[in-house]
Amino acid sequence: MAENRHDLIDGKLQDLNNDGVDRRGFLKCMAWAGTGLVWTMSGGIPVSRAFAKGYGKDAGKGADFTFVQISDSHIGFNKPANPDVTATLQTAINKINAMPHTPDFIIHTGDLSQLSKPSEFDTLDQVLKGASAKQLFFVPGEHDMLTDNGEQYLQRYGKDTKGTGWSSFDHKGVHFVGLVNVANLKAGGMGSLGNEQLEWLEKDLKGRAASTPIVLFAHIPLWTIYPDWGWGTDDSEQALSYVKRFGSVTVLNGHIHQIMQKVEGKVSFHTAMSTAFPQPAPGTAPSAGPMKVPADQLQRVLGITDVNYLVSGRSLAVVDSPLADSSASASGNAGEARMAVDAIRG
Amino acid sequence: MAKNNIWIAGVAMPVLIGMLLLFAASPSVKANDQPSAANAAVKIDNFVFGPQTITVPVGTTVTWTNADDIPHTSVSTEGVFKSKVLDTDEKFSYTFTKAGTYPYYCTIHPKMTGKVVVQ
Repeated sequence: MAENRHDLIDGKLQDLNNDGVDRRGFLKCMAWAGTGLVWTMSGGIPVSRAFAKGYGKDAGKGADFTFVQISDSHIGFNKPANPDVTATLQTAINKINAMPHTPDFIIHTGDLSQLSKPSEFDTLDQVLKGASAKQLFFVPGEHDMLTDNGEQYLQRYGKDTKGTGWSSFDHKGVHFVGLVNVANLKAGGMGSLGNEQLEWLEKDLKGRAASTPIVLFAHIPLWTIYPDWGWGTDDSEQALSYVKRFGSVTVLNGHIHQIMQKVEGKVSFHTAMSTAFPQPAPGTAPSAGPMKVPADQLQRVLGITDVNYLVSGRSLAVVDSPLADSSASASGNAGEARMAVDAIRG
Repeated sequence: MAKNNIWIAGVAMPVLIGMLLLFAASPSVKANDQPSAANAAVKIDNFVFGPQTITVPVGTTVTWTNADDIPHTSVSTEGVFKSKVLDTDEKFSYTFTKAGTYPYYCTIHPKMTGKVVVQ
């Protein structure tokens, strides 16, 4: 079964855009370049190509609009894995500002802060203020709701949201839904959306044309990546059942501080790099704690994700780019990330 | 260092042994007796409470210490105790005055669970 799905995906993915890079080639590429990927959603069929150096010039070209996802800034973190997370967030913002087209908005998929401290949120605001894109959307990570059930987070970043911070909006024909899966977590469980939010989601999506591209974003992955480390959401199946009838669904998550992707039917799942520190590939370390990499490699495992949308094909192209250009020298982390993707697919 | 070792072997040990013999001889102190203000420690390391189940006598103060680079909490599943967020090296203590089993978890990483058994 899994084998068939794998083949099907590979078959469809193979070099559809004639850039000479099929999926296997692309994965190899990722292994040595330690960098991101591009995949385009076209009527639910994903097309991948390598994130080549020259891509930057064409980024967003021909796209109807572009938005950027950043994640896991952990402002306030100061341990050896990255003693200056404010600086790497600034680098991420500089990278966004250097894009040839100003993105319409930025989505932050949570863990803005390390300890939900007002001073941490202040620092984040200060850095984000310098972004070329002036509109920002947020969902909280578990680190943003540590002290006061997320009161402060909601006051600052969730004014127009419902419940613990969920909301939806439309932008140029695409329907975006920000979900919260870090509140009221149960002992022994993983991420959780809860009934109230699920009921809201069902209503929110009801009546929308199946041709409407849907983007779901939440902090913890909405697909089960590694239950032992809590990398999944207990009731995500329920949420995903509401989007099944749509032709193009893109799910953007953070939390795991590394790129992972999965395609299931017309739903494409994607996790972003952190702007603060990397975490190990599932099961490759005793725990999911921050991973120390040599200082000169850090910016290769941190990054941003930009997403280009083409109305004509109702497609979304997701591009991950590290903060620093990668060289051909392999970084161990990238190799591990590649293997993890393979393991999940297999 | 070597000096210290000699000191321990030559002076401290005979004194210690002597004290132990004295206590053993005294009828008022039994081996099973627990001091009234007992302490026990749980270390949070690599996203695990260690030991995961700790058995202590009534009256024991259990202290959790976070040894991770990531904050954790120690919160009773039944609302008996609740730590603040523990950043690296921060501690939380709770004194258990009633016998029973007290399951708890990290509210930030709910896969992390533990149990205090008070006898």
